[in-house]
Amino acid sequence: MYRIGLVGVGKMGVSHLAIAQAHPKLDCVAVCDSQAFVLAGIRSQLGLETYRSFETMIAEANLDGVIISTPTSSHVTLAKQALVAGLAVFVEKPLTLSAADSQELAAIAAEHNLANQVGYHNRFIGTFRETQRLVEAGAIGEVHHIDGRAFGQVITQPQGGGRTWRAKKAEGGGCLHDYACHVIDLMNFVAGTPSEITGARLGQVHSTAVEDTVYALFNYPNGAVGTLETNWSDEAYRKMTTSVTVYGTHGKIFADRQECRLFLKPGHSFEKFDSGWNIRYITELQEPVSFYLRGEEYSAQLDHFAEALAGNPSPEAGTFATAADADWVVEQIAAVHASGPAPVATGAPATVEPPTKDQLVAAAKHYGAQAVGSAKALANAVGTKLKGLRS
Amino acid sequence: MTAIDRILFGDNQFFGVNHMSEEKARAQQMRFRDTEAIISVLDRAYDRGIRSFMCTTHDEIGKIADYVAANPTKYEGFKFLPGMPYAHKYANMVGEMGMVDTLKALTPGGLVDAMVRGAKSTVTRDLNELMTMLVDAEMARFSQVDTPVVFLQNVVADMVLGLRSYDLLGAFAEHVKSQFGAEAGFFTMNMPLMVDALHSVGIEEPIVCCNYNKIGFRMSGGIEAYDRALAEKPMRCIAMSVLASGAIPPAEALEWVCERPGIESIVFGASSDANIASTVGLINDFDQRRLTPA
Ligand SMILES: NC(=O)c1ccc[n+]([C@@H]2O[C@H](COP(=O)([O-])OP(=O)(O)OC[C@H]3O[C@@H](n4cnc5c(N)ncnc54)[C@H](O)[C@@H]3O)[C@@H](O)[C@H]2O)c1
Repeated sequence: MYRIGLVGVGKMGVSHLAIAQAHPKLDCVAVCDSQAFVLAGIRSQLGLETYRSFETMIAEANLDGVIISTPTSSHVTLAKQALVAGLAVFVEKPLTLSAADSQELAAIAAEHNLANQVGYHNRFIGTFRETQRLVEAGAIGEVHHIDGRAFGQVITQPQGGGRTWRAKKAEGGGCLHDYACHVIDLMNFVAGTPSEITGARLGQVHSTAVEDTVYALFNYPNGAVGTLETNWSDEAYRKMTTSVTVYGTHGKIFADRQECRLFLKPGHSFEKFDSGWNIRYITELQEPVSFYLRGEEYSAQLDHFAEALAGNPSPEAGTFATAADADWVVEQIAAVHASGPAPVATGAPATVEPPTKDQLVAAAKHYGAQAVGSAKALANAVGTKLKGLRS
Repeated sequence: MTAIDRILFGDNQFFGVNHMSEEKARAQQMRFRDTEAIISVLDRAYDRGIRSFMCTTHDEIGKIADYVAANPTKYEGFKFLPGMPYAHKYANMVGEMGMVDTLKALTPGGLVDAMVRGAKSTVTRDLNELMTMLVDAEMARFSQVDTPVVFLQNVVADMVLGLRSYDLLGAFAEHVKSQFGAEAGFFTMNMPLMVDALHSVGIEEPIVCCNYNKIGFRMSGGIEAYDRALAEKPMRCIAMSVLASGAIPPAEALEWVCERPGIESIVFGASSDANIASTVGLINDFDQRRLTPA
């Protein structure tokens, strides 16, 4: 059992916590967060040691490793503290907000020979893994075009993300750092890191302080071209939908969460695949996991972290070094955009007042949720009615 | 103990959920743009003898519940088995608004304010109250129809399972019993673990709904572990994803699942009368064959 400390029990942190606790080799023994009410809940419901200070946690909890799932701007400091203390580190994506910082973390981890991993979970999805394998094995010949896309509904209203870190550039908010980085890392995973970003535009749909869309054009060392298109304000998608298409001299491969479709040109075959379309589904391509929550990939990546702690990291998992490559691409996209015509203002965060009660009720309605208010009374009324109906 | 029908009708096909293909999911969502289209499929299922609709708490389902309630003779004996929460809306809210504002938006009465201010001694009580309030809100749209079993969706149930906060599962069961006279059911992708957890909070024969398919898709721990749990541990098991999203041909998939006597019910989704009829027919045939001595 490896003793794990987790910092940042938000949306992602609670999922990591549940998966780690169900894992045969990981035991999350300590939790750190900056919000007292979160820690109170953890203590009372889960009975874990809780800390307001990360430093105190790593000093006192006798840990083997940490999981860092705080907002992105805090990653660099927390990861460095953990590495210096000799701990294995799993950090949520993106690793940091600067390629130089990420490279420095990668160097420290390498120097101390510590397990290090970044939460790019697409690397653990069977369809994307198969795509990477096929491309590397030369199934589609020489690659000349890689296309990566992601769409979803993260920000769906003006002032969306209002008071959260997602609406603040300096904290790692915006579609580029929070969303596009997943696709960038996936493209790197499948086809290697581009050598140059030749064009980039960031755009806004709802947001005012960050971008909601990212479009970019890459060059690869072999002359191949990359195209990136991401939009986190696309209500047509129920949840984040990521895909990659790779075009080669012998054929092409399209992959998303559900399927991996290989097309081989006439006269070409590879392994058991003939020319024409070869379609395989996730049901066939995904390795099972011992505990499932939200998708095999989330468990598989922590499985890998446990393996890395045991000294058996696999080359397919994202490390600090590969995440630093993704951060470099992100940085270049921002720079190319800024050098272009009339860059979208992505500077000072809009100051947003705390929402009023009416605004909150309206917000709940926007998402199709119902405010339950102080409506214990309503609930009781409904319940009584039902009981009446049944008896 | 509430009897659960052998065959339950699911609702994934109406809402653009397809684990195999985004395109198929989209095509289905187009077809079921309006409530009427869904109702007409439900009517076909009713004609084929199906009386239980295992559904989400999607807004659209609320309209269907209203329609069924307004036509009691047409839907004699028809039951809803709702599963909550409809998690995407909450996940989207948390992403866009943050945890605290989401909770405040859901409970403008001030409960969360008090929690955030840190009345620490009452956190457990507050969490339980929050849970019951959210459940009640999701149940409001079913107030006029029969809901013998109320399910907790696997995103939440398995999260709580992983966190080992089993008391919350027990609290959910108690609440749906006392408030709605219903039995609690639990969706899970981790059936053997879930059943142990439910036993540990005193639910003796828990209703669990889990994947059960010939290729072991999303059966954490594997088919053998599932079969062993099914044979050894008291539970009432509903099999879902029997066709593994279409990876197994229907007859083969259903035959395999019908050979497992421990499985009480099978939930399936279909959009055409032909598919409904053939699924119901196959299950009945395989059941018949198993029950008839050779
Ligand atoms: N892999 C994915 O698909 C995915 C999805 C969502 C988020 N993320 C990543 O996870 C990270 C967190 O995102 P989230 O959506 O969970 O955020 P969140 O806002 O829901 O949660 C962040 C938590 O960290 C706590 N926190 C903030 N600063 C802290 C500090 N300095 N020390 C201790 N605790 C602190 C907050 O109180 C909060 O509980 C981000 O880097 C994000 O990019 C990844």
